[in-house]
Amino acid sequence: MSRETMEYDVVIIGGGPSGLSTAIKLKQLDSNLNVCLLEKASEIGAHILSGNVFETRALDELIPNWKELNSPIKTKVSKEKFLFLGKTKSLSWPTWLLPSVQQNHKNYIISLANLCRWLAEQAEALGVEIFPGFPASEILYNEDGSVKGVATQDMGIDKEGNKKDSFEPGIELLGKVTVFAEGCRGHLGKQLIKNFELDKGKDPQQYGIGFKEIWEIDEKNHEEGMVMHTAGWPLDKNTYGGSFIYHAENKQVFLGYVIGLDYKNPYLSPFDEFQRFKTHPAIKKIVEGGKRISYGARALIEGGFQSLPKMFMPGALLVGCDAGTLNMPKIKGSHTAMKSGIIAAEAIHEHIEDKKDLSIFEEKFKNSWLHEELYKARNVKPSFSWGLILGIIFTGIDQILFRGKLPFTLKHKHADHETLKPANEMPKIDYPKPDNVITFDKTSSVYLTGTNHSDNQPVHLQLKDPNLPISYTLEKFDEPAQRYCPAGVYEIQKENEVNKFVINAQNCIHCKTCDIKEPSQNINWVTPEGGGGPKYGNM
Amino acid sequence: MSVLLIAEHNNKELRPFTLNAATAASQIDTDVHAVIIGHECGAAAKALSELELIKKVIQVEAPHYENFVAENFAPVIVKLSENYSHIISSANTFGKNLMPRIAAALDTSQISDITKVVSNDTFLRPIYAGNAFATVKSKDNKKCVTIRPTSFDPCESSGGSAPIEKAEAGEEFVQTKFIKREEIKSDRPELGTARVVVSGGRGMQSGDNFKLITSLADKLNAAIGASRAAVDAGYISNDHQVGQTGKVVVPDLYIAVGISGAIQHLAGMKESKVIVAINKDGEAPIFSVADYGLEADLFEALPQFLEELNKLNTIQK
Amino acid sequence: MKILVAVKRVIDYNVQIRVKEDNTGVVTDNVKMSTNPPDDNAIEEAVKIKEAGKATEVIAVSIGEEKAQETVRKALAVGADRGILVKTEGILEPLAVSKLLQKIVEKEKPDLVFMGKQAIDDDCNQTGQMLSALLNWPQATFASKIEIKDKSLEVTREIDEGLETIEINVPAIVTCDLRLNEPRYASLPNIMKAKKKPIEQINASDLGVDTTPRIEQTKVEEPPKRKAGIKVSSVAELVQKLKNEAKVI
Repeated sequence: MSRETMEYDVVIIGGGPSGLSTAIKLKQLDSNLNVCLLEKASEIGAHILSGNVFETRALDELIPNWKELNSPIKTKVSKEKFLFLGKTKSLSWPTWLLPSVQQNHKNYIISLANLCRWLAEQAEALGVEIFPGFPASEILYNEDGSVKGVATQDMGIDKEGNKKDSFEPGIELLGKVTVFAEGCRGHLGKQLIKNFELDKGKDPQQYGIGFKEIWEIDEKNHEEGMVMHTAGWPLDKNTYGGSFIYHAENKQVFLGYVIGLDYKNPYLSPFDEFQRFKTHPAIKKIVEGGKRISYGARALIEGGFQSLPKMFMPGALLVGCDAGTLNMPKIKGSHTAMKSGIIAAEAIHEHIEDKKDLSIFEEKFKNSWLHEELYKARNVKPSFSWGLILGIIFTGIDQILFRGKLPFTLKHKHADHETLKPANEMPKIDYPKPDNVITFDKTSSVYLTGTNHSDNQPVHLQLKDPNLPISYTLEKFDEPAQRYCPAGVYEIQKENEVNKFVINAQNCIHCKTCDIKEPSQNINWVTPEGGGGPKYGNM
Repeated sequence: MSVLLIAEHNNKELRPFTLNAATAASQIDTDVHAVIIGHECGAAAKALSELELIKKVIQVEAPHYENFVAENFAPVIVKLSENYSHIISSANTFGKNLMPRIAAALDTSQISDITKVVSNDTFLRPIYAGNAFATVKSKDNKKCVTIRPTSFDPCESSGGSAPIEKAEAGEEFVQTKFIKREEIKSDRPELGTARVVVSGGRGMQSGDNFKLITSLADKLNAAIGASRAAVDAGYISNDHQVGQTGKVVVPDLYIAVGISGAIQHLAGMKESKVIVAINKDGEAPIFSVADYGLEADLFEALPQFLEELNKLNTIQK
Repeated sequence: MKILVAVKRVIDYNVQIRVKEDNTGVVTDNVKMSTNPPDDNAIEEAVKIKEAGKATEVIAVSIGEEKAQETVRKALAVGADRGILVKTEGILEPLAVSKLLQKIVEKEKPDLVFMGKQAIDDDCNQTGQMLSALLNWPQATFASKIEIKDKSLEVTREIDEGLETIEINVPAIVTCDLRLNEPRYASLPNIMKAKKKPIEQINASDLGVDTTPRIEQTKVEEPPKRKAGIKVSSVAELVQKLKNEAKVI
């Protein structure tokens, strides 16, 4: 079947910080370039979720006068705290003893979703064509194997794969260069990494799952500009993770939790760890009397420098966390994603203008502060595979004494889907029931995300082997999808005494955790019909 | 000043929501007059005059009023409105179709679908499909108000003896022609308007087991609902779904069977007058909104329920 | 035949609305907005009629703030020929909206005006009927089927008792039910084309209509939380309670 074709100089997939920065920089370098940007969410920002304490370095380079342009960057960090949590106690760590990468006094507490909406306005003003609600579902290749562009998803296909009356075929968007900026575990980026062996010689990528809730809290508990992080309880010493509590404007706090997806116990439920975390006296006193107004979750990159794939290939670039530019010790990926987008734009401009090979991206990257920053940060996350205490001691030495310049690089040994131990070797975890005041269940949480997918469409969470969840994963790992999914998509349901694996695809909040953590890599996340998924506000 | 209630009827008898609207009208002012417009509708006018709360009935008859065309009705009421401070009707399709036409002619900002009379100029009404409630105060001299029937009890249908006055008919609006009305008479009431709804969830375990729900619904003359989980599992078609992207229902009695009570479902039924939950899991969220909770295995409880109902002979049709 | 379709920008139906803390309304900042769902059906029907060769032009009109332009643009992307945005600020009641629409109708002289039966934000269900009263045109509300005849329409209406069929002469107003049709998707090339279609901007203040609200919204609250009732120990007790206490069976 032939599809309609539209040609551009540059096609960008994904309207997050990296894709939007690429678009803006391209138009700044040459306003005549035809640039379009596809976004799977119903509007820019609706699938963006991030802490977020924002370092303005990349934005200062991209839009130096951002302060004059009514940008949504308002709340400067005014106070910092770091707590080690015991079950009921908490120990405050002096901030002067924190590595400089974890000091935030020059940074801002922002909503990344709102920043993206604002960046999209800047991009559109420069002439970038932005198409929200159009997921890129397929990579198109030239005969020589180079990337030609992408095709958008067909719309109006029913559950069984038949065309409905409203069927609207996808179209082909062809670019001289295609930029993939889908964010962590992009479903096209994943294919590119495999096809072009971009991760050859690199460590396996490492991921985490991040949760975020926005609370409107009592005035007396609110301290605008306050940034707090915690480590320790409720996680055990061998599970990597911690929390953030950012006091933003309008009496809101951004409360979140990140857990490394290299955890071993299949009974661990990241969602319930996060809920339980809020019951700690040091946290409870902040949110008590307040009201939860938003919820969301998203996988994030933790692999850093060692796991960063090659970011260029014939006809295309991979930017931001679609490649993996997040700086884990800094707990920040927005400025690095933006910088990678800026570099990509510069490389593309020279590629189109001066016929230089796209591999100049690599050279530009190596000469940038982005490379330096990621290099210095490289040993922190792997050191935590020795446990929290040793990790902290090593990080102190590495980051404070040597400033990331130790003459060796620690390796990530396993991919996250390989780390689960069989259920019968691990302890069950008894999570407290939600109280519906401070802690909640998954369904009432998903309700706040505004998530929906039109019901009569193919399931976008594909099983390579439909029998595997019951025949193997349930038996061996007690089907951890029931627990790692933050939206209750996966359930084991007994029907007439027979176990059945149920996929509630309508609930999917596009976090990609299943695609990462499923022990046999049996779940393949593909794009649903355009506009589906969460409708995040100021996440 | 008095309140004018627009009666809804089928020329033979009153439609039941007129009784609910009469109650609402009487909460604004006790001097409630009712207008009945129709063709050969004497019997309905008489029934109207017998309503406890009605002080006077105005009957307007003409052949072109037989089919309740709003374009014909509105001028009659506009003409009568001079003597009234409020004009009231039910917010069902009859009132929704008619009242704005009257309000616009009177240059009045209508207040739709109220659930409570706060005072004679202030009302409570749901917005955003009942996800919020607005208190609104009308600044217009004449107020056009439609009322949500299920929020007001029906008044007594006897005990009154209001005088019936005839008023002159208006001209026919010839640009609109009534052709036909097909009353859908199914054995089962519609989910959206049923007085009783019996819903099944994932706990039903199979589509086949839904026949337990069907028999209970038959007995109670109820509509059949379902949770999204049951629809997703393929037990029942999605036109039975209550809650998110499904229907919002406000029956007098909602019986949730084997439904855990995902918040999406609760949003679709929590305005029901009486909620019954039957669930094995005593911690299920559905119990937090249920007036009567029964912690039991539904496969035992449903047959018993039916048996108990059979012992009663007073099931209303 | 010329069809004018009125479209409204509302909070997307999937978004869980939140009441403002000061009870003055609901939060709309950073909230996903969309076209009022039955307005999509109205546009779809108008475009279908045009595609069937029975209409010559479909004009989409929206009334609201500057951003309502997106809603008009969406209508253009699914087949409307041109757009009109009547710019206003603040709360507009259906009465004011219908008066503004009346001015647009007088200017554009359409044969038909379509719109959704109700907006999912204020849930008023008034504008179509009010407009038809102001114009003294026939109205067909809750339309689930429209058949175009020579100088009239045969419309099937969804009413409480079932279905009603009426015939109305043009010019006329039709308000559309969700069951009328399945709205199409806006395709990418059509979104591109829509960017080039004209949208005329008119200031509401230039239309000489008094839009001052007549209704004061004194308070917006969350619905009352339902409290848990009692647990019964047996089916017999349940039935007894339903009969004698709740009196619902």
